[in-house]
Amino acid sequence: MMVHVIRENFLKQLSTTVEPGSCTEILSHEPGRMVSQGSILTNSRWMAILGVLSLTAIAVGLICLHFGAQPIAYGEVLRVLGDMASDRDRTEGTSDIARTILLQVRLPRILLGFLVGCSLASVGVALQALLRNPLADPYVLGVSSGAALGTAVGILFGVGTTFLAETALPACGFVGGLVALAVIYRMATTYGQLPIHSLLLTGVILNAIFSALIMFITSILDPNRSYGMMAWLMGTLTAPTYGSLVGLMIYLSIGLFLLFSQMRVLNILALGEESARTLGIDTEQAKRSLFVLSALVTGAVVSVSGMIGFIGMVVPHAVRLVIGADHRLLLPASALVGGTFLMGADTVARTLIAPTEIPVGIITALAGGPFFVYILLWRKDRLA
Amino acid sequence: MSGTSQHRAIGMMSSDSIPLLAQAHAYDIQSVRFRYQSNESPASRWILDNISFHVQEGEVLGVVGPNGSGKTSLLKVLARLMTPQQGYISLFGQDLSAKAQREVACVVGVVPQDSQMLFPFTVAESVLMGRFPHQSRNRWIGGFGWESRDDLAIAEQAMMTMDIVHLAHRSVTDLSGGERQRTVIARALAQTPKVLLLDEPTAFLDLQHQVEICSVLRRLRDEGGLTVVLVSHDLNLVSQYCDRILLLDRGQIVRLGGPGEVIEPEVLESVYRCRVLVDRHPSSGLPRITLPGRPLQSSH
Repeated sequence: MMVHVIRENFLKQLSTTVEPGSCTEILSHEPGRMVSQGSILTNSRWMAILGVLSLTAIAVGLICLHFGAQPIAYGEVLRVLGDMASDRDRTEGTSDIARTILLQVRLPRILLGFLVGCSLASVGVALQALLRNPLADPYVLGVSSGAALGTAVGILFGVGTTFLAETALPACGFVGGLVALAVIYRMATTYGQLPIHSLLLTGVILNAIFSALIMFITSILDPNRSYGMMAWLMGTLTAPTYGSLVGLMIYLSIGLFLLFSQMRVLNILALGEESARTLGIDTEQAKRSLFVLSALVTGAVVSVSGMIGFIGMVVPHAVRLVIGADHRLLLPASALVGGTFLMGADTVARTLIAPTEIPVGIITALAGGPFFVYILLWRKDRLA
Repeated sequence: MSGTSQHRAIGMMSSDSIPLLAQAHAYDIQSVRFRYQSNESPASRWILDNISFHVQEGEVLGVVGPNGSGKTSLLKVLARLMTPQQGYISLFGQDLSAKAQREVACVVGVVPQDSQMLFPFTVAESVLMGRFPHQSRNRWIGGFGWESRDDLAIAEQAMMTMDIVHLAHRSVTDLSGGERQRTVIARALAQTPKVLLLDEPTAFLDLQHQVEICSVLRRLRDEGGLTVVLVSHDLNLVSQYCDRILLLDRGQIVRLGGPGEVIEPEVLESVYRCRVLVDRHPSSGLPRITLPGRPLQSSH
C-alpha cells in the first residue's frame, strides 16, 4: 500500500520534471515507446529468437544423424524417428542396421552432446556474470579439471564399477568442481571482481595442480583403465544407454532449472557487486548458490564427457554480441547454441577421419583457442 | 565533535533558506564509528569517527571534505553497503541494520562513484533494472518474469528526467562518461526512492549536464519530497545547490549547516590546508569559492 502511494507520487513528480524546450519535449510520450524501439527484451522477441534457435538445433540434430561412418539418407532417418515416436515396428524403406545405428548409437550420443553443450554454455554465462569477466569459462578457470580430478579419484576407488556409477561419479565431479570454485570464489571476494590476469592465472595454477594429480592417478591405474581414462579426459562423447541418459538429464535439469531461475539476478550481478547490493540483492548468498550450481552442473558434465573446453566461453560471448546482454534471453539462447554447437562438433569428430574418432574436446579447443587469442589480442576493450 | 555545536547548526538551519514542513528525519545517525577491518591490521584508524547528525526529509545535503575524509564511506554506510562497528542508524525511524537489502533498495537509490559497464546492456535495459527491488520476490520463478507496464512507465519517466530517451537502444558500453552517469542516475530514479545517495554525480559531466542534474535533483526535492545526499569535491556546486552542507575531515564532522555557515574561509583553510577566497555568487548571493591563483604580475 505504502509502496503504491510512493510510486504514484513519484510518477507524478517525474512527469512534471520534463522541462519544456529540452530535447525530450519533441518526443511525445506514449507508454511502451521503448518496447517498440527494440531497446529492451520483450516476450515476442524472446519467443522468436528461442524459436529459431530451437528449430536450428533440431535441424542440426537431423543433419548429425545423417552423417557418420556410414551416411544414412534423411528420409530413412525421419522414418526411423517416426517409428520410434509412434512406437511402431520397422516400416518400409528402413533397414535393421540403420535403425540400430540411429537409435542405439547416434541418437543417444547426439542427445548427450546437446545436453553437455547446453550445460557448459549455461555455466559459462553464469560464471561470466558472476566474475564480471567475459572470458570466464569452466575449462579456463580450472573448474573442469577440478571436476575431472574428482571423477578420477572416484574411478580410482572403484566408484565407476558399482551399480551406483551413474549417480556417484557426477557427485565426485561435483565435489572436485566445488573445490576449484571455492578457490576462485575466495579470489573473487578478495579483489571484488576477478580481473582478467588474475582470472587466467588462477586457471593456470588450478589446471596445473589438478592435471598433476590426474596424471598421478592415471599412472597408477592399470594400462587398460588408464587408456580409457586418457581418452575420457580429452573430452569424448560416447553413446550412453538411454537409462544413464535419462539419469543425467534429470540431474542436469535440476541444476539448469535452478540456474535459469536466477536469470534476473545474473542481470543485476553483472552490474557489479556494489550496484547489485544497492538494487537489493544479497550478493554473498546469490554468489554462493550460483557457484554451487555451476559446480554441480560442471561436475556432472565432466564425469560423463571429460574436459570439453571453450564452449562455455566462446558461445556466450558470441551470442551476447548478437542478441545483447539480458540474461533472460542470453542464458537460454546460449544453452541452445552451445548444445547445437557441440552436436555439430561431435559429428565432425566422428566423421572427419572415420572410422577413427577424434575426441571432441580437440575440435572445440581448436575452434575456441584461436577465438580466445583473438579476444585477448584484438578485443581488449571487451575485457575488464 | 560535540553535540551542542551540531544542534546549534541544525537550529540555525530552520532560519535559513528552506522552510521544512516538519523536522522529520530521513536518517538519524548516532555516534557511528566505522573502519575497514582486515586480518593484517585489525586496529586500523577509524574512517568515520563518532559521527552523529540527521538528514532531514526533503533536503539536499552536500557532503564535502578533503580526500580520505570519509565522504564515500559515509555514503556507503548510509546505503547499507557497509555496516558500522559502533553506533546506530535509522532510516525513517527504523533500524537500518535490521532491514533486508531489498527493503532498503525500495527506499534508497544509490549512484556510485564509478560504474563500470562491462556487458552490452542497452540503456533502457539498464534503467529498467532499477525496478528490480520492486519486482517479484519469488526466488525460483522470479528469474523468468517480465517487466510490468508500471515498470516500463516508471523507467521511461526516469529516462526522460535524465534526458536519455534518445539513447534507449544504445549499448551502455558505448556511452560517453556523461551519458553513462545519467543512465546510472536514471536507474536509481527508477527505483522510485525516497532518498537518493550520490557519490560525485557530476565528476564526468560537462557544465550543461552538471547544472541540469543539480536542477533536476532540486526539482525532485521540491515537487516530490525526495531527500538527496550528495558527495562532491565541487564546493561551488554544493554551495549553490545544497540546502545544508556537511564538512568532514579525517572522519569527523567539522561543520554542518547552510552554505553560509560552512563555506567560510577560515574553516575551509583549516580543513583543506590551503588558502581560498570566498565571495558572493553574483546572482544567488550564496558563498562562492575561488582558488588563490598566481600572484598578480606587476604591470610593465
